[in-house]
Amino acid sequence: MANPILVFCEQRDGRLKKVGLEAVGEACRLSKEPAREVIAIVIGASVGSLAEELAARGASRMLIAEDPALTYYSAELYTAILTDVAIRIRPAAILMGATAMGKDLAPKLAARLTSALIQDCVALKMETDGSLLATRPIYGGKLRAVIQATNPLMQIVTLRPNVFSPLEPQPARDIPVERLTVSFDAVRPIARVREIQKTAGDKKELTEAAIIVTGGRGLKVPENFKLIEELAAALGAAVGASRAVVDAGWKPHSYQIGLTGKTVSPQLYIACGISGAVQHQAGMSSARTIVAINNNPNAPIFKLATYGIVGDLFEVIPLLTEAVKKLRAP
Amino acid sequence: MKLIVCIKQVPATESKLTIKEDGMDIDRSGLSFVVNPYDEFAVEEALRIKERVGSGDVTVLSLRPHPAQKPEEALRTCLAMGADKAILLSDPAFEEGDSFSTALALAAALRRLSFDLVLCGKQTVDDDGGAVGIQVAELLGIPHVAVVNKLDVDAQARRIVAHRQIEGGIEVVEAPLPALITCQKGLNEPRYPSLPGIMKAKQKPLEIWNWAMVGVEPETAGAAGAKLKVVRVEPPPARPAGRMIPGDAAAAVKELVRLLHEEAKII
Ligand SMILES: Cc1cc2nc3c(=O)[nH]c(=O)nc-3n(C[C@H](O)[C@H](O)[C@H](O)COP(=O)(O)OP(=O)(O)OC[C@H]3O[C@@H](n4cnc5c(N)ncnc54)[C@H](O)[C@@H]3O)c2cc1C
Ligand SMILES: Nc1ncnc2c1ncn2[C@@H]1O[C@H](COP(=O)(O)O)[C@@H](O)[C@H]1O
Repeated sequence: MANPILVFCEQRDGRLKKVGLEAVGEACRLSKEPAREVIAIVIGASVGSLAEELAARGASRMLIAEDPALTYYSAELYTAILTDVAIRIRPAAILMGATAMGKDLAPKLAARLTSALIQDCVALKMETDGSLLATRPIYGGKLRAVIQATNPLMQIVTLRPNVFSPLEPQPARDIPVERLTVSFDAVRPIARVREIQKTAGDKKELTEAAIIVTGGRGLKVPENFKLIEELAAALGAAVGASRAVVDAGWKPHSYQIGLTGKTVSPQLYIACGISGAVQHQAGMSSARTIVAINNNPNAPIFKLATYGIVGDLFEVIPLLTEAVKKLRAP
Repeated sequence: MKLIVCIKQVPATESKLTIKEDGMDIDRSGLSFVVNPYDEFAVEEALRIKERVGSGDVTVLSLRPHPAQKPEEALRTCLAMGADKAILLSDPAFEEGDSFSTALALAAALRRLSFDLVLCGKQTVDDDGGAVGIQVAELLGIPHVAVVNKLDVDAQARRIVAHRQIEGGIEVVEAPLPALITCQKGLNEPRYPSLPGIMKAKQKPLEIWNWAMVGVEPETAGAAGAKLKVVRVEPPPARPAGRMIPGDAAAAVKELVRLLHEEAKII
């Protein structure tokens, strides 16, 4: 059989990240001609039983690296594990999510393996020899580059979350599960995670959210941000902000969307009181549906918007929140 | 403390970009170029570390990515901010590389210098790779911490503790020196070059190194050493034409909810 595709599936606290299943789905779509095995690898201190879920979403084999030393993410240890596996199974490609972890791990692994690295990919095609044609945004999403690796082996790709779809769950089946023996004797001086400080509350993560509501300077004062939060709560959405709002200190940087903030691809993005500067667009222009609410009909955000409302956000947002609540009410 | 900052010169973020006729690259003529915004955080952080520790020097290192660019100007800006010395890797052999071949040349140059900490930006705003810094660290065999928005340097104990942004929280990471960090917004507020700073910068050393001085084989650097080749550059797919929803606020909201529910089927 042709060289397999290896998918690194990130887990935290025994739960898989959705983008890992998206990557398995894409690996399956790439593995049709010629047929390739799709091998999922999960790394952690207590990985639990994820085989069923991975099998249901298309993986044909699973590898587990489990060790107390892997409680926290470590670029060095993860790279050591994946390098061993890659040399043994010689995958055509190694896919993972373009998450904080994936974007940290992939460059290191690529340098270790002297492989091609394709970061934050939004479309993929595999030629019969295994070489990938990948599309990725450049210049803050103003353009896209289609690129090809010079060697059809061990091409390392991070996939932008929410862009590729997972396979529909398939009927249960058993797949081979192999536990890797991990040994970390020869590793070099390393960076160690001491602790993870969780963000207070149960703030929904922007890069994974299906719906995002963002507020900008049009909200005038920080107290008004609660309008955004109420609408988001009604929609079950994550909350984001423009840089103007972050620089003014209304919200921490983890809320910022754009060139110097997060890049998001939700199904629905609702921008309230945001002008839509190019640097803001850099973070959100790949959202599926964009709604803009702004009192200036010439605001650049309307050029991107799927649906635009020219109006006073102080009037529009509360009405919208009520309407959503009514729609959602049982 | 010996601090080295890798900076890239990039088109200003508000630039209007056009694709060249061959469809493989942007047209650089008439663009204005700046220090990559994330690299400004790296320069600022290096200057602050030097100020806090009370001794040391800050070297800025840049590789000319394309013959039409003049990274000398970006390096002078960093010297005007307060960096002590600049090195430009400039050779046709280095140009138009990918993250790997660029990192290879930068790492080779770094091996010829002594350093305690290397600082990079989180990502460039042209290639959007977020890779070169991490790859430099790997090639040098030193630890890295990427996407850092808070940094403590313990010069005595020779280690750093860095905060790095992850989904839903902060990873607190400790690493021994020498190490490499990549800088995220929030780490600091970069200073503007002062007028005396700009005057002084003109006297500061700016060395130009070619491939022989860096010590990399030309066929491993730049376009020749790249693991990726560009097939084409294209505009993003056009968004379907948007629709302005007319009417007063109440009518518009009603119609919006209907569209989101029935047409876009997302709520
Ligand atoms: C290097 C660089 C990086 C940058 N990175 C980012 C980034 O990552 N993210 C980012 O967002 N920006 C970024 N920016 C900043 C960007 O250029 C804009 O300045 C910023 O996005 C503006 O934020 P805003 O839309 O909230 O504010 P404004 O541009 O002030 O827009 C406010 C909007 O609210 C509307 N408004 C006012 N009152 C009302 C009302 N009552 N009802 C409805 N609408 C109303 C106004 O019409 C206006 O369009 C960056 C800039 C640079 C130079
Ligand atoms: N040509 C270059 N010269 C110097 N440093 C660079 C160059 N390219 C990238 N870097 C550094 O690597 C970081 C990440 O780059 P990238 O992988 O292109 O996003 C940048 O923020 C710089 O610090």
